[in-house]
Amino acid sequence: MKFIKSLSFGAKIGLIGFLVFALSAVFAPIIAPYGETEIVGEGWEPVSAQFLFGTDQLGRDLLTRLIYGARNTFFIAGAATVISFCMGTFLGFFAAVMKGWIDQLLSRFNDMMMSFPTLIFALVVLSVLPANIITLILVMAVLDSTRVYRLSRAVAVDIEVMEFVEAARLRGEKQMWVIFREILPNALSPLFAEFGLRFAFAVLFLATLSFLGLGIQPPEADWGSMVKENKDGIVFGIPAALIPAAAIATLTICVNLVVDSILQRTTSLKGGRG
Amino acid sequence: MADNNLLLDVRDLKIGATIQVPGEKPYDIEIVHGVSFTLEKGKVLGLIGESGAGKSTIGLSSMAYGRGSVEITGGEVWLDGEQILGHSHDQIRKVRGRKVAYVSQSAAASFNPAHRLGDQVIEAAMEHGLSSRSEAKAFADHLFAKLGLPDPDNFGRRYPHQVSGGQLQRAMTAMALCSKPDLIVFDEPTTALDVTTQIDVLAAIKDAIHDTGTAALYITHDLAVVAQISDDIMVLRNGEMVEYGSVDQIINNPQEDYTKSLVSVRSILKEEGGELDAEPVLNCRNITASYSNSIRVLHDVSMHLHKGQTLAIVGESGSGKSTMARVITGLLPQETGDIYFKGQQLPRELKQRSKEELRSLQMIYQMADTAMNPRQTIGQIIGRPIEFYFGVTGREKRKQVIELLKKIELDENFYDRYPAELSGGQKQRVCIARALAAKPDLIICDEVTSALDPLVADGILKLLLKLQKETGVAYLFITHDIATVRAISDSIAVMYMGKLVRFGPKSQVLEPPFDDYTDLLLSSVPEMELGWLENVLKHRKMESAGH
Repeated sequence: MKFIKSLSFGAKIGLIGFLVFALSAVFAPIIAPYGETEIVGEGWEPVSAQFLFGTDQLGRDLLTRLIYGARNTFFIAGAATVISFCMGTFLGFFAAVMKGWIDQLLSRFNDMMMSFPTLIFALVVLSVLPANIITLILVMAVLDSTRVYRLSRAVAVDIEVMEFVEAARLRGEKQMWVIFREILPNALSPLFAEFGLRFAFAVLFLATLSFLGLGIQPPEADWGSMVKENKDGIVFGIPAALIPAAAIATLTICVNLVVDSILQRTTSLKGGRG
Repeated sequence: MADNNLLLDVRDLKIGATIQVPGEKPYDIEIVHGVSFTLEKGKVLGLIGESGAGKSTIGLSSMAYGRGSVEITGGEVWLDGEQILGHSHDQIRKVRGRKVAYVSQSAAASFNPAHRLGDQVIEAAMEHGLSSRSEAKAFADHLFAKLGLPDPDNFGRRYPHQVSGGQLQRAMTAMALCSKPDLIVFDEPTTALDVTTQIDVLAAIKDAIHDTGTAALYITHDLAVVAQISDDIMVLRNGEMVEYGSVDQIINNPQEDYTKSLVSVRSILKEEGGELDAEPVLNCRNITASYSNSIRVLHDVSMHLHKGQTLAIVGESGSGKSTMARVITGLLPQETGDIYFKGQQLPRELKQRSKEELRSLQMIYQMADTAMNPRQTIGQIIGRPIEFYFGVTGREKRKQVIELLKKIELDENFYDRYPAELSGGQKQRVCIARALAAKPDLIICDEVTSALDPLVADGILKLLLKLQKETGVAYLFITHDIATVRAISDSIAVMYMGKLVRFGPKSQVLEPPFDDYTDLLLSSVPEMELGWLENVLKHRKMESAGH
């Protein structure tokens, strides 16, 4: 409760928005008025009391698909971002702490990974590997972690030369203590900021992959493929594609509102790193 | 103004600042509470006080300038018959650099590294259209010569990185003098310099302002320095004036208690312990060391230190004294030579040392700010060595930490606080407690008091001595401050350019006959008496004439 009270007004709104999305994802079968793949009306029906957001190109209820889509989008983008952060941060810190050839090896390998265009790399890998959700998450996580690696290594190199790290070394602390107890707490601010951004990118990347037919497979719903499926309607003035797009935007903004507020707390005078 | 001699008249100056803590409402505080003083043409007023006393803020207010969110909230500043506080942006720009100039503490950070010194020195004079380029350049060369810079005609062609710190500080003084201002604000111009350099810069500044008839505000925390250069002194504390009088009166007859404590600072003196026959705690034999770029920084250095005693390593920056500490801690393995610690040979590299060896050799750093993890509480910081070396956890650990806090004269309430909430002196105390928590036999103190105000530093030194008496720990004390050395050491090692110049018990090292370098070093330490600077310089001139 104390944590929530300390959040700014904007962050509270962000948190509420986030919770609404999260709850609808969890309780999708209870909340959703229709079945996920159930065809309940004509294609592209306008907004009505029966269909709150109208229907999609096949006549499935948009609200229902939006709620079910939240599950996929949330879970896949969230898991991919979390994994990419755990991996990228750890390897980045490890490289900064070990220095020398280990650092060179990891960093140059990372450069090599980054030199492939992300989308093309993902397309090649996903078309070779069996198409399931776990592969999708891992591929997204690995590709994303290259960016996280660069950031966390740069941050850690700065912290690593501080005297309190030297003091820990002189005490005889192990590398893992230095990474998790001395460096990590001081690197949280830039990492949190990056997390908010990368989550948004993950949602968009998933949407792109789905759009190209390599992400979530139809008839399952996710916000990105919903945009794709309904995009043709825009030409006829039908807003069906805009509704999942708005959902993506709202979720991104909510996450960033919360992250910004946490960021401000961690950079405040209390324990700020000057 | 009636009095034509009056240059600067500050009346009831009030300065405030806005503090903004993220997540909280910004609030205003007052830094300076109504200070008044006057300065006549050609005179020098010294502003003295500890950090946070508002001396820099007051100095800058004479240019109607406030740093960051600092704002002048009340009072009047009359400069040469003009009230400059009400001036518009354009009006005040005509005053700055033309009538008032500023010399900052860190000349190295104040010069643009991409431009030649000469162009930067004459910039203000050109900007204000005071003289043509060739005139300004000629005057700058004249100033370089007056300030004793080498090869004055070509000095302006150099870049900032090509000259030393002391020369850079003098170049900055030339920059201030170049537009022939009425007033120069010197903000700790010699604080970052070595004592042997400081004395030259002081003499140069004194000559130059005397010859050009410029008035000056001289801001410093070192009373001995200000006594050499000023006509009057104003003592400040917490944004209020404590005492204001002539140099003679402040130094020889201070009225206020605070001024008295400033004058009598460093009155501690440790009785020198005798040379012991027993095995020394630390024995370094013929150490040579170099950094990876193969420049040798230590040449054949040997020294030893006994239990319960203090060995002070003195020297200027670049003398290799901190490198010595890095070698002993194992951060920089020596090339040749051996280190014996409690009779055992110490492995060269940190990785090869046992936990026990690491425990009994602790280190305290100069900057307590960066030596503590800002995300850990004081309890965690002090508690970690206890847990790490002795495996003590939980309630027992808390108890031991609190005992240590009491030893360093802090109370239990500090346990859950973060380093950022502590003052400079308190932070350094916590670092001492962290070192003590390991129950070491030797503590390396790397310039532990250099970043602190004199009175606070005094407290730290007293604490260190008290703890030495209680625990019998030996200190290797690295410093450039001779006064500190006099106060606390048993034996002294003087270092210069990576070589050991002089080593022995305090009474021997500080007594004549001196070698040339030790003589220079000892005679360069400012003393709190009038005319000290002149005497030393006269003495040196006579000596060099005699040679």
